[in-house]
Amino acid sequence: MRSKWQRFKESYFLYSFLRDPIAYISFGILLVLVVSAFGAPIIAPHDPYNPTTIDIMDAEMPPAWYDGGSTEFLLGTDAQGRDMLSTMLYGMRVSIIIGLGAVALQAVIGIVVGLLSGYVRKLDNILMRIADVQLSFSTYMVAIFIGAIFQTVFGVGNYAKVAIPLLIIIIGLAEWPQYARTIRANVLAERKKEYVEAARIIGLSKKRIMWRHILPNTLSPILVISTVQVANAIMSEAALSFLGLGMPVTRPSLGSLITAGFEYIFSGAWWITIFPGIILVALILVINLLGDWLRDYLNPKLYKG
Amino acid sequence: MEHLLDIKNLSVEFALRSGNVRAVRDVSLSLGKGERLGLVGESGAGKSVLGFSIINLISKPGFISGGEVIFQGDDISKYPYEKMRRIRGNRISMIFQDPMMTLNPVLTVGTQMKETLRAHMNISDKEATAICIDKLKKVYIPSPEKRLEQYPHEFSGGMRQRIVVAISLLTNPNLIIADEPTTALDVTIQAEIMDLLLELCETENMGLMLITHDLAVVSEVTQRIAVLYAGRVVEVGPTRRIIENPQHPYTQGLIKALPQSAHGNRLNQIPGMMPSLQDMPEGCPFCPRCEHRKDRCATQTPPLRPTEAGGFVACFMEGACNE
Repeated sequence: MRSKWQRFKESYFLYSFLRDPIAYISFGILLVLVVSAFGAPIIAPHDPYNPTTIDIMDAEMPPAWYDGGSTEFLLGTDAQGRDMLSTMLYGMRVSIIIGLGAVALQAVIGIVVGLLSGYVRKLDNILMRIADVQLSFSTYMVAIFIGAIFQTVFGVGNYAKVAIPLLIIIIGLAEWPQYARTIRANVLAERKKEYVEAARIIGLSKKRIMWRHILPNTLSPILVISTVQVANAIMSEAALSFLGLGMPVTRPSLGSLITAGFEYIFSGAWWITIFPGIILVALILVINLLGDWLRDYLNPKLYKG
Repeated sequence: MEHLLDIKNLSVEFALRSGNVRAVRDVSLSLGKGERLGLVGESGAGKSVLGFSIINLISKPGFISGGEVIFQGDDISKYPYEKMRRIRGNRISMIFQDPMMTLNPVLTVGTQMKETLRAHMNISDKEATAICIDKLKKVYIPSPEKRLEQYPHEFSGGMRQRIVVAISLLTNPNLIIADEPTTALDVTIQAEIMDLLLELCETENMGLMLITHDLAVVSEVTQRIAVLYAGRVVEVGPTRRIIENPQHPYTQGLIKALPQSAHGNRLNQIPGMMPSLQDMPEGCPFCPRCEHRKDRCATQTPPLRPTEAGGFVACFMEGACNE
């Protein structure tokens, strides 16, 4: 028996991955970004969460290669004297955690709703109408609504502590219908197939057929939509933070860093906004490119000229 | 002979927008213990619907509108879903046409087999594996231990159908309904699967209901044949008798339509088409296509009645048109 690693090395998955430069370059960049984000406490030169290490006198220092820059702050500092590089690394970690968390929540709701409405026809109408209602609200409207309520309930001080789970819940709740619809459409296609009929004939229960037989067959669209949704969730979070409803400035995400810098952009401190912006764009771009590649890989019927 | 399955006046209807359509009309059939019955008819005659109605799994908008299905003494057509679920795959199993489609592509063969066992029996994983291996040996799958770990795409078509047969055998059912089990396979594999089914039925004393339009297959395997036309049984009888001395003009047509060994003869063909279920003619449904029709065929429906040659036939002529 060949080991798992050996089988992976010989797989078509790896082969088609290595043949596509966009795929492996995107993956490389994503890997660097994710590793540095989660390794932030180790690699970041400063700790932006510790106010005692921040000196307001260092505020708005330009990047190191500019006049007045210091090698201590490679990419300059923000308005509060925090090192941009470290803050961005920490901020990216927050963004990625929120993105993954929100997608996990969306996936749980979306899979349950999608499976039920696809397989149990009685529930289909009511569940899909709920999804339609949810979709007719804009994500941001829902988020602004809930966010505003929570900020008043918890107080701005405590809000910082619950901000991450709260944003995960807000974004997760706002965007589950896309998931549910994709899965429902796939379940509708799968349930007509003969293996489902065969499973009914061998006397399996509905629950088992749904979870054990239909769900694994809808995994590839779930995988693809998940990658796209991670990028979407990170973007939603950035947009909310930009509106001041996301992460507080004391625990900034990429979005709140962009906002924070926005006020200074005309006074010349462009780096506070531009650097997090570039990182955000890069992060979302590589996730989307990987998602595209994955979709092409999982759908061999789709040929590109 | 003790009856395993008794279908009494079974009717199946489909509720369509244009009104209810009867796909199976007043069918009565019985199957003895360990008996092999062939259900023959052209496409749309209601063979598969009849098969599905036995296990009460007709998909919407179809429903059983009348009659009884008595299996081992109980009328299972009126069982609630949960009670019926315990019979399906346990005491009655079904085999389908296309083995490419009936196995779940993302689960290993072993998982799918054990799942069937687990759905009906409370046994440990080890015991389940032992039963699976035993059944795979019965259908002549080499090195079954290894094969259990494999996915359906790693098997050839004939092997897959043998696995489907093995799955249907898992719980030692009393009856297997095989719905055109060999249509998707090539001729040599067809013979192999049919031999296998025949052998298993004999050794395990299982009843077999073979649904097919292939008279050659039926004549090799079954002991009795029921011919279906437009949802009605038009002739039932011992296989040999039906093949050698068909009484109903439709059965005669079917047998004449088989390719004969003599060269140069044109293939016989039954003129016309089966009437649409929505537009059933009054009287005998075969009347518009029948060469021997008489006036009363158009107005009266002939009942199924015993013939001298053995079996039953639903025709006023009763073999008189044979000459």
